[in-house]
Amino acid sequence: MRVALFVTCVNDALYPATGIAAVRLLERLGVEVDFPPGQSCCGQPQYNTGYRYETEPLVRRTAGAFAGYPYVVTPSGSCAAMIREHYPRIGAKAAAEGRGTDLARLAENLVPRVYELTEFLVDVLGVTDVGAYFPHTVTYHPSCHGLRGLGLGDRPRRLLAAVKGLELVELPGAEECCGFGGTFAVKNPDVSAAMAADKLRNAGATGAAVLCGADNSCLAHLDGTLRRQGAPLRTLHLAEILAATEAEPLL
Amino acid sequence: MPAFPAAAREAVHDDTLRANLRHATHTIRDKRARAVTELADWDRLREAGRAVKDHTIRHLDHYLLRLEEAVTAAGGTVHWAADAAEANRIVTGLVLATGEREVVKVKSMATQEIGLNEALEAAGIAAYETDLAELIVQLGDDRPSHILVPAIHRNRGEIRDIFRTRMGDWGRPAPEDLDDTPAALAEAARLHLREKFLRAKVAVSGANFMVAETGTMVVLESEGNGRMCLTLPETLISVVGIEKVIPTFRDLEIFLQTLPRSSTAERMNPYTTMWTGLGPSKGADGDGPSAFHLVLLDNGRTDTLADEVGRQALRCIRCSACLNVCPVYERAGGHAYGSVYPGPIGAILSPQLRGTASEIDATLPYASTLCGACYEVCPVAIDIPEVLVHLRERVVQGGPVTREGLRVRIRPAAGHTAERAAMRAARLLLDHPGALRRAERVLARTRRFRPHRLPGAAGRAWTETRDLPPVPAESFRDWWTRERGGTR
Ligand code: SF4
Repeated sequence: MRVALFVTCVNDALYPATGIAAVRLLERLGVEVDFPPGQSCCGQPQYNTGYRYETEPLVRRTAGAFAGYPYVVTPSGSCAAMIREHYPRIGAKAAAEGRGTDLARLAENLVPRVYELTEFLVDVLGVTDVGAYFPHTVTYHPSCHGLRGLGLGDRPRRLLAAVKGLELVELPGAEECCGFGGTFAVKNPDVSAAMAADKLRNAGATGAAVLCGADNSCLAHLDGTLRRQGAPLRTLHLAEILAATEAEPLL
Repeated sequence: MPAFPAAAREAVHDDTLRANLRHATHTIRDKRARAVTELADWDRLREAGRAVKDHTIRHLDHYLLRLEEAVTAAGGTVHWAADAAEANRIVTGLVLATGEREVVKVKSMATQEIGLNEALEAAGIAAYETDLAELIVQLGDDRPSHILVPAIHRNRGEIRDIFRTRMGDWGRPAPEDLDDTPAALAEAARLHLREKFLRAKVAVSGANFMVAETGTMVVLESEGNGRMCLTLPETLISVVGIEKVIPTFRDLEIFLQTLPRSSTAERMNPYTTMWTGLGPSKGADGDGPSAFHLVLLDNGRTDTLADEVGRQALRCIRCSACLNVCPVYERAGGHAYGSVYPGPIGAILSPQLRGTASEIDATLPYASTLCGACYEVCPVAIDIPEVLVHLRERVVQGGPVTREGLRVRIRPAAGHTAERAAMRAARLLLDHPGALRRAERVLARTRRFRPHRLPGAAGRAWTETRDLPPVPAESFRDWWTRERGGTR
């Protein structure tokens, strides 16, 4: 099976370890992974801030980069949700504004092939035990776009629970937003910081060593707050935990 | 009104307010979740409610005319108000014509929206709020901060103090030894209000629903004060937003299930009062007013209706479930939204009813992380995040809107020039992977020289409480090329 990895711009520049982990994990499961170099950003920061016109070229680029791949897999719930929920809207609006139907067609063609990593593992590959090893206590923060946008449900937790050595502890108030929200974090810094503080207080109370998530943007916001506080908890992307094995442990 | 972020900053650092809000919203959101899961057909009820509301607002002209016909046939009088000023003028005139100088009020968002109490006061008419929470707000010279629980930002101790010091100024004073137990507070309010109910000749209310088919007005409340106001006085004046109409009596079946469960987490509403036209003069059971006036309020609603994405906000049945689950509302408090409609629904309704010209209205669409919790709980499935993004677009890009019935093209709001330039620059970079790759390399090479705190408003906002993520030595793209020798 051949899949294209959509690594996302944030992961590419700031969290390459997530992309590398996704490649290792998928290859270990017998998947042939490709990285189409024409890919870039899904356009979520622009779109969510209100710059729909600036988003259109990125929709076109993303759809073009992944043309011809039966599966596009991304380790980012919010980028997958951007494509699935908003690309069709952007295409429809461009058509309604008299700028042709090609964007809508590109979106329509891309959307059904895009999978968030845990969706791909559970739904397409049909695995929950990926043969990982991670002997630590972990608590999981389901980011809003994965939770409500994509409806990932308990897929991430099932994958984590099957990891050898891993003790999964429930995060109180897990379903509450961490306060990142893209440009929200800089437009409403006080509310954003208050939300991060509450999320981290809840995470700290679990006694877990690792706060795991499937969206590096949320984790960057939480990790940045932890570092400033000098707290012992560390953040990790789910892909890195799933990629770790007894032969190649992560921590 | 200051911009949302500035108003929210104060609330975030007010520990009492934060604790009051947190306690109240978490309690009610958990109860709501339980009340909703009891119904096996919740999703279908939600979809049915959405469909009825959508159908009605699409044919609003038709149903409003039918309503007018039915209300008139039942002996009521219908008045049409284009805006707040006209509505206030109509109501004030109607009260003055009765010769009365005081009115009792049933809690109503529409009358708050138009500032009716202030308008009545200016005309020498005293308006007494009879809902317990509204009473607390009124006695405290305060503003409501929640649609359903206007005094949600107050705790019991604060309420006792307000009752003790202010009740005497408005009527029957609170007992000297009033304590802060719920029963004692409720009893003080009951005695204070009873005096007003028994004296009042005129009542002012809103309505939760208006049935076009029968001309029936429906008010839901929990304390019985509403029923007192709707049955005791001789004249009833109801100010109702035009979007409150529903086609048939049967449609109530849906909303009488979804509204109480969404708002107070109750299976059934404690007091549901319905009245059609007049009481005694019709020879009925003697209950109800002998004069009934319905003031149908537009105040920006038809303009909102003209917007294909934004019009879904008119489906709102004001249950306030979206407020109770909103993490931003919980921390910012209701006052920060600068409107009688706070929280997620306020963030999309106010900038549509009032336009996005003012600072507060231009910042409201950004008062959300787009986490989607509001959409998930909304009993009429308003996609609040979608409307927020749509309104953000209006703020930064401008575009065609309808204001006062005219199609106009608004210009982008001021103050977004730097952001627009940054978004454009980022897009240009992201649309050229070659350039992106070079930029990543520069970032990696200079990573040791990065300051801990960033300059500029956006940079400071990030690094005030958070560190920046460390920049890796190698981007994923470079790793891939090195490991896999490029791609096919
Ligand atoms: S938007 Fe929906 S959830 Fe919010 S108050 Fe209105 S009906 Fe209730």
